[in-house]
Amino acid sequence: MSAPLWPGALAVGLVTALAIAFMWAENEWEVVAVLVTAAVGAVVARRTGWLEPAARAFTEREPAMLRLGMLGSFVFVGFFHDDHFPLLMAGTVLVYFLVCLGLTIQFGYAGMVNFAAAAFLGVGCYTAAVLTAHTAIPHLLVLAIGGAVAALIGSILILPVLRTRGHYSAVVTIAFVLLFKTFLEVNDTLGGPQGLKLPSMQVLGWKFNQNFSVAGVEFSFYVSYVLVALTLVILAFAVTRRLERSWIGLSLDAVRLDETAAACFGVHIARWKIVAFTLGNFMAGVAGALYALMLGFIAPTNFTFGDSLIMVSIILLGGIGNPWGAALAAAIVVVLPEKLQLIQEYRFLLYAALVILVLLYRPGGLLPRRLRVYLPGWKPR
Amino acid sequence: MDAGLLAQFVANGLMLGMMYALVAVGFTLFFGVLDIIKFSHGDVLTVGTFAGFSTYLGLQMLGAANPWLQVLAVLLVATGSMAILGALIAKFLVMPLKSAPPLNILLVTLMLGTVLRECVRLFFPDGANPKRFPRLLPDDAMALGSFNLRLDSVLLFLAGLAVIVAIHVLINRTKLGLAIRAVAQDEETAKTMGINFTLIVLVTFAVGSAAAAFAGVMNGLYYSEINFGMGLLLGVIGFSSAIVGGLGNIYGAILGGFLFAALQTVGAVALPFASAYKDVFAFGVVIAIMAWRPTGLIAEKTSERV
Repeated sequence: MSAPLWPGALAVGLVTALAIAFMWAENEWEVVAVLVTAAVGAVVARRTGWLEPAARAFTEREPAMLRLGMLGSFVFVGFFHDDHFPLLMAGTVLVYFLVCLGLTIQFGYAGMVNFAAAAFLGVGCYTAAVLTAHTAIPHLLVLAIGGAVAALIGSILILPVLRTRGHYSAVVTIAFVLLFKTFLEVNDTLGGPQGLKLPSMQVLGWKFNQNFSVAGVEFSFYVSYVLVALTLVILAFAVTRRLERSWIGLSLDAVRLDETAAACFGVHIARWKIVAFTLGNFMAGVAGALYALMLGFIAPTNFTFGDSLIMVSIILLGGIGNPWGAALAAAIVVVLPEKLQLIQEYRFLLYAALVILVLLYRPGGLLPRRLRVYLPGWKPR
Repeated sequence: MDAGLLAQFVANGLMLGMMYALVAVGFTLFFGVLDIIKFSHGDVLTVGTFAGFSTYLGLQMLGAANPWLQVLAVLLVATGSMAILGALIAKFLVMPLKSAPPLNILLVTLMLGTVLRECVRLFFPDGANPKRFPRLLPDDAMALGSFNLRLDSVLLFLAGLAVIVAIHVLINRTKLGLAIRAVAQDEETAKTMGINFTLIVLVTFAVGSAAAAFAGVMNGLYYSEINFGMGLLLGVIGFSSAIVGGLGNIYGAILGGFLFAALQTVGAVALPFASAYKDVFAFGVVIAIMAWRPTGLIAEKTSERV
């Protein structure tokens, strides 16, 4: 007997309603009120145990929950159909979520540290900028090429990353992200510190940078980008979850938990690390290409070490290895500082303090990864 | 290339190397006793420098204008206050997290660094803009051909050297150093031998943080300018140096620090491309070194228990 669906549906509905209310809120007090409601609601739901049925719905009725999640996103997009800012925020959250799905594979499954996510996002961005400016390659293909180039450049790091572990591995990727940003800043052919401009995205003659109307309703041009981002996220989510559930995910988990033991059982450590690293970087590159087309302008300051840290903090806050958690955390981390204009000076301070508190009191993140379910309806003790 | 200009680059590189080494020593000491990376180290350096700068402003206001007195006070306040801050961070943030996953500790200390940095930016008067750090040391210059050897640079370098030697003596020749090394080698055994583990950890964090504050003041005196973001890059470079040298080994940290400065200098002077690529070159070489020696140049002695 599988878990009832309605608690999960209720949770998705509430989160969507909160997201809409949050973006709708005009002045600071409304924003704070929404935030307090959300926080109190979460705590109460945890204390009273109402969260448990919802969590079970998420794990046991995943396909249905995915559809509900999509429905929630459509409701959000429909609600703000002619409002640029909330849609841009939604698009940015989806791009970050896409990168974090890649990081989930790297950190969460294979246990590889990668502090260069912003650099791989940047590779995707610059690939898209160069390709759209100088070639006539169809833009959907540009997205894929962006990912491929990021994976290719990532393969330079494979040797040092495979040979090192832990902190030593961290230094390799940190050095790479710093190298990448400095390189962009001093390289004049790629625009230097001023960055590059991109043309509007075009798919089959459909120009993305124009508002459009369907049946008399005006839509913001960002709707097109959000829909593309949503499609990519759904694809990546499906890949990530299927990967996790498959024997590949099992091998990756083995590699993360104990390399020596995994090697003794015949798991090819280097192979799975390369797969995880390349796949993660590919996702970051695709996200980057879309991000660049959506923003229409990119500069080296978007790809600093700090941005990588934001992405890593998203997956840690969400609960490492749980894509649902990453989705929630991406929304919180991207949107919260933008909306908190009343504390604009203090927002980094507050944000950093918040992360410290979460990690001190909830080290597993907001939604920790659950035990693997090997069989439908199987209850691990 | 002109010999004078070359000498200038070498002098500058040595000075940078000294600062990097001082920061890297902190990273490696912390790793030694607790097996953790404390990433807020660079921002502790910033706070220390600003503490020193405030001391200078305070002394100016009180009318104590003797530069030697000022230097002494600036150094004492900067290192002293950071020693306390370092110990506090260790006590209330790092020790409770000792058994957490390394990634969590890394992120918590990084975020603590952000908190410190933002505090300097927001709460120091006009902290968002760069500050002019006073030239407190005599800046008589000695001209050797086209190379200007400034007395303050020589003094700074010697002072840095003295600090490194002092740390070396502390670690290798004193009872306290013996305790630190014992804790680094085996926490459990050290405890059973009657070593006060908590105290040793706090002292180690104090020493490391004081060294960073010293490097920060050195940086301020040398470049005559400080800003709230100065610790970020110095911290990352110090961390890379400690790693390249081999974590847990203070000679490795010193070696790594000077190596990184040397790479930057070579990148700026001796290579065919523009000097703006010096950091690209230095970090590229760091990646290559990590591929070649996965546990640093002076390898960590580890054996894996299965």
